[in-house]
Amino acid sequence: MWELINANKRNSIILMLTLAFVLLGLGYLIGFAFAPQVAWMGMVVAAIIWAVMALVSFLSGDKILLSASRAKPVTKEVHPMLFNVVEEMSIAAGLAKMPRIYIINDAAPNAFATGRTPESASVAVTAGLLARLNRDELQGVMAHEISHIIHRDILYVTVAGIMLGTIVMLSHVFLRGMFYSSLGGSRRYSSRNNNGQAQLIMMGVALLAAILTPILAQLLYFALSRKREYLADAGAVRLTRYPEGLASALEKIANDPSPQLSVANKATAPMYIANPFKRKGQKRLANLSSTHPPIEERVKILRAMSGASYVDYSRAFTQATKQPTVLPVSCHQDQAAITTRQAYAETTTSSQSPLSEPLQKTGDIIRKVNGFAFLECDCGLKLKIPPNFKSHKVQCPRCRQTLDIVK
Amino acid sequence: MGIAIGVGVTIGIIMLLLLVLVGIYNGLVQARNRVDNGWSQIDVQLKRRHDLIPNLVETAKGYMKHEADTFKSITEARSKALGANNIKDASAAEGQLGAALSQFLLTVENYPDLKANQNFLSLQEELSSTENKISFSRQNYNDQVLGYNNKTDMFPSNIVAGMFNFTKRDFFEIENKEEREAPKVQF
Repeated sequence: MWELINANKRNSIILMLTLAFVLLGLGYLIGFAFAPQVAWMGMVVAAIIWAVMALVSFLSGDKILLSASRAKPVTKEVHPMLFNVVEEMSIAAGLAKMPRIYIINDAAPNAFATGRTPESASVAVTAGLLARLNRDELQGVMAHEISHIIHRDILYVTVAGIMLGTIVMLSHVFLRGMFYSSLGGSRRYSSRNNNGQAQLIMMGVALLAAILTPILAQLLYFALSRKREYLADAGAVRLTRYPEGLASALEKIANDPSPQLSVANKATAPMYIANPFKRKGQKRLANLSSTHPPIEERVKILRAMSGASYVDYSRAFTQATKQPTVLPVSCHQDQAAITTRQAYAETTTSSQSPLSEPLQKTGDIIRKVNGFAFLECDCGLKLKIPPNFKSHKVQCPRCRQTLDIVK
Repeated sequence: MGIAIGVGVTIGIIMLLLLVLVGIYNGLVQARNRVDNGWSQIDVQLKRRHDLIPNLVETAKGYMKHEADTFKSITEARSKALGANNIKDASAAEGQLGAALSQFLLTVENYPDLKANQNFLSLQEELSSTENKISFSRQNYNDQVLGYNNKTDMFPSNIVAGMFNFTKRDFFEIENKEEREAPKVQF
């Protein structure tokens, strides 16, 4: 377990260094393209931009990401089961402190974890997820997020996301600058002498680099983040001892008909348990550039597991994908046999239930997060009172009875 | 000159050995602390279970007039668990209490009025979650005990463990077979 975390930390540092070199190289090239005599200035500027962004992301990256996703902190009263499930998983993982819990007001089912250390971590789930999953499935999803926390994936994703953002931004600025300076038709340096010719070549190289590096950096980042998803799946099963919970949750997320998550963007996509962008009919391309392994594959692996240990996951992985395992060697020392357990909750038949039911539940959860009061009239009508409703009494629209609003 | 090198090398080797010793010792202490921490977590959850029971029994009694035996076995198991003062006794008593509670939760299915009670529903969520928390804290504790016991067994840490009296710990095990399966709770 600790070896796994160390391996993960090492990989993170290697990736960060690679990205830092890419960033500095890009800065140098751009600097050279604009002013060859002071090309190093480009590097300095890139380094300063990076340092500021890294500092900001390290100190308050989780808050930025949470507010960018419009996640709201909630109390236990809003959803007791969610709180209990998160606490159960924190106990199973031996976390010193339970992560803070946020709900995102969105009907698309998804979840993510963020934070700098396991002690200051947060988990966020969408209202759509809460409305669709039963207890076992929710437990599987939360175990997956808590695994990200104990594997120290959360800091990595936050900082690497910011670094990637810097690279994309720099090349964007450069490309824009090129575009506008060519529009103006003026070139600061003449191309009559040899120096000018060399600069022209460098300009071309810089242009190519500015287009290619963000793509390459992203591919590198995604390759690693996909591996982390498998690892978190394996960790989740080790915590819950129940692979079917996560498997059926993933299936429900994949087959969900609601529109894609509106608050996710390219930078935050790798954080989520399932890719928030739905791309149909692009399977091969998606395989190369996706932040997440295909869900069907993850489900297939989970369903092929015969026990709950890392070794069982490795075996199932090889069996399902016909590829060597992605788990680090240290996981295979985990030889003690761990058996799976039975389901807690009865498997719900919500795949057959009408579409309107989870939608209505989603709406109720969103209203609860936003501080709506819920009233039930004697005639059976349910009233939802918005928090800015001034009066303390309301009349039932069906039976004309006056009701007191208790909050 | 030759003597000086010899002395230097010897001191170096001794220092190195001491460093390794300190490292192993610290590793053992860390593992033992994790075990203790795991145990206190189980304790917290068991206490929560004991605190929940009177409330639950009080709420359910009015609805379940013909289930005096169920309530009696729960209260008896609870007082026995409260009296236990070592890991083995506690394991047995808590196992019994767990079995009594899962029996109770099964009987609840026959009382639709009770299942419709909002107060009882939230108590039931708390109880089934506490049962989960107990089994997860037990799972974590046993994992930590396994790691710690392995350390006291395996070379070279077993030598250090023998020198400083690191004794093995008991697993938190459940006696009867049915209890091994988590209580089935329907929602």
